[in-house]
Amino acid sequence: MQAQPTMAPVPAKPKKPGPGWRYRAGVAVRALAAIAGGYALSAAWAAALALTLPAVRVEAALTATMLALAIYPCAAMWCFGARTAPRAVAGLLIAGALPAAILLLSKGAA
Amino acid sequence: MKEGIRQSMAWLHTWSGLLVGWVLFMVFAAGTASYFRDEITLWMKPELHTAAHAQVPQAVALAHAVDTLQDKAPHSPRWFITMPAGREPALRAGYTAPRGENSGGQKKGGRRGVKSVMLDPATGAELSTPRETRGGDFFYRLHFDLHYMPVLWARWIVGACAMFMLVAILSGIVTHKRIFKDFFTFRPRKGQRSWLDFHNVSAVLALPYHLMITYTGLLTLMFMYFPQGIEAAYKEDKPDTFFAELFGGPLADAEAARVKAPLAPLGPMVEQASRAWHGAPAGRVTVDFPNDANATVTITQQTGHGISSEVPSLTFNGVTGSLVPRPETGKGAAAATRGVMVGLHIARFADPLARWLFFISGLAGCAMVATGLLLWAVKERPKHAKAGRTGFGLRLVDGLNIGAVAGLPLAMAVFFWANRLIETGTLQRPDAEIRWFFTAWCIAAIAALAKPGRPMWRLQLLLGGLAFVLLPLLNGMTGGAHLGTSIAHGLWPVAGFDIVTLLLGAFLLYCSHYLGKRKKAPQAAGIPLKTEPESRLAGSNA
Repeated sequence: MQAQPTMAPVPAKPKKPGPGWRYRAGVAVRALAAIAGGYALSAAWAAALALTLPAVRVEAALTATMLALAIYPCAAMWCFGARTAPRAVAGLLIAGALPAAILLLSKGAA
Repeated sequence: MKEGIRQSMAWLHTWSGLLVGWVLFMVFAAGTASYFRDEITLWMKPELHTAAHAQVPQAVALAHAVDTLQDKAPHSPRWFITMPAGREPALRAGYTAPRGENSGGQKKGGRRGVKSVMLDPATGAELSTPRETRGGDFFYRLHFDLHYMPVLWARWIVGACAMFMLVAILSGIVTHKRIFKDFFTFRPRKGQRSWLDFHNVSAVLALPYHLMITYTGLLTLMFMYFPQGIEAAYKEDKPDTFFAELFGGPLADAEAARVKAPLAPLGPMVEQASRAWHGAPAGRVTVDFPNDANATVTITQQTGHGISSEVPSLTFNGVTGSLVPRPETGKGAAAATRGVMVGLHIARFADPLARWLFFISGLAGCAMVATGLLLWAVKERPKHAKAGRTGFGLRLVDGLNIGAVAGLPLAMAVFFWANRLIETGTLQRPDAEIRWFFTAWCIAAIAALAKPGRPMWRLQLLLGGLAFVLLPLLNGMTGGAHLGTSIAHGLWPVAGFDIVTLLLGAFLLYCSHYLGKRKKAPQAAGIPLKTEPESRLAGSNA
């Protein structure tokens, strides 16, 4: 009888109300990764593809830019779909490695 | 982020949609109205409703325009002639004032110093000057330039919202494992479930359209959003090289010779151009440096004869009348793809049937956004009901929902009323009309935020509905062609506008009525605005 009040409410409370700071920080990191990181990734792919696509440069630049518009939402979805926030960021970094390498190489070559 | 991919995508769908939903609703509504931009403009200039729309050969109409321009502006650096077409029956002769800015400045649509007169294509008589108004162009610009803010900011804002939208659509598709089955599921009068079903139907029914319109919308401004590709490929060139290669040589460098020379007759040029286009008529004729030895005549095909936004044009020597060869540009696959995508977005190609389909899909888009917004509030409400009071977030969303979904159509109707009720001589009349639009919208939004709830929904829907339903009457009473004459004379652009506003107003009134009827229903938690909410106007099938 007396055990009931002592047992239940006090420890349970911090667990229940709303999401914790960990969750919030995760959402913030993902949002930042999706918006800023996604943009950077798409822009990097746009630049890298514009340089490397085998076509006249107007065509290459156009195709690359149109693809960037599709890469951005996919990157954003990845950021929120990944199992953890660090994974989301890591995924963006991996996807950005290739265009970054292309851009660095082209800079070196020029 | 939470359990599975589907849950995390549902979360993403909810939040990416909610955060920008109100802007998106306005963008969708204004964009949908823009399909009938010319019809709206015509309706808003009742002085032109009586314009003769006798069919005359293009050469005849063109000769009338040239006569007028020779008379009014022989020394102008540039003339623009817009040929009469089904959607705009008058002939327009425009010119830039002499000694204005050089032609480079004109190119980007700066309308400073441009004057124009409307002519009867058959007689060449000047039509009574129509009232000044932005007409349908207001909605067109509002759609991506917003208002009262720098254009560049506005385009970034709209672009960001569109990207959120694209994410919301794609994540919505992932969420939806039973997309096909759900499409055939409608459970009316079940509160939240009905909303969900309606959201699904409006989204899935026009899904290809939603995806297409969002992606191609971003694509129209992609050079601004993603300049990196072009910068990378063209880093050693002048910034405009890319556009010169894509759109054609920089004719903007041309200058007047300052030697007088008579202008060759334009009629044969138009006929030659039309032959080259397999009979497609000319839409617009631009004469650079008329009556000068360096005069050139550029004839652009009438829009509506191909999907691509790149409408073919031919340039003639203005003195000899011979065709000026131009370098072939923008003919690659990617350029063609871009042209078609932009063309699909702006839909100038569309014949009446396709235009109506686009319009209806646009309405479905409005409905999708609006029901999505309402769904959030409906889902949230029981939690708050349990807690015994309405939280700030829900209240805010409720207020914004009313202000956007019910307030925007009201503001649109007010815009049309202002068009007819503001005196024609008023200084800066177009701005005054626009001020009425934003004033009405502001009041609606403030009222909605102050007292969000069912009575506010009903009130705003009722006012918007009445304002729309009475528009045809107002049209007839303030000098426009009322439904009786417009239908009798086959003036379908005007008749279409009136009919669409009638239907739209009736729909809003029905929604308002429906909300009252269901007052005591058990699911009163929801806001049973039953179907697609507003936003669109005018139409025609001519």
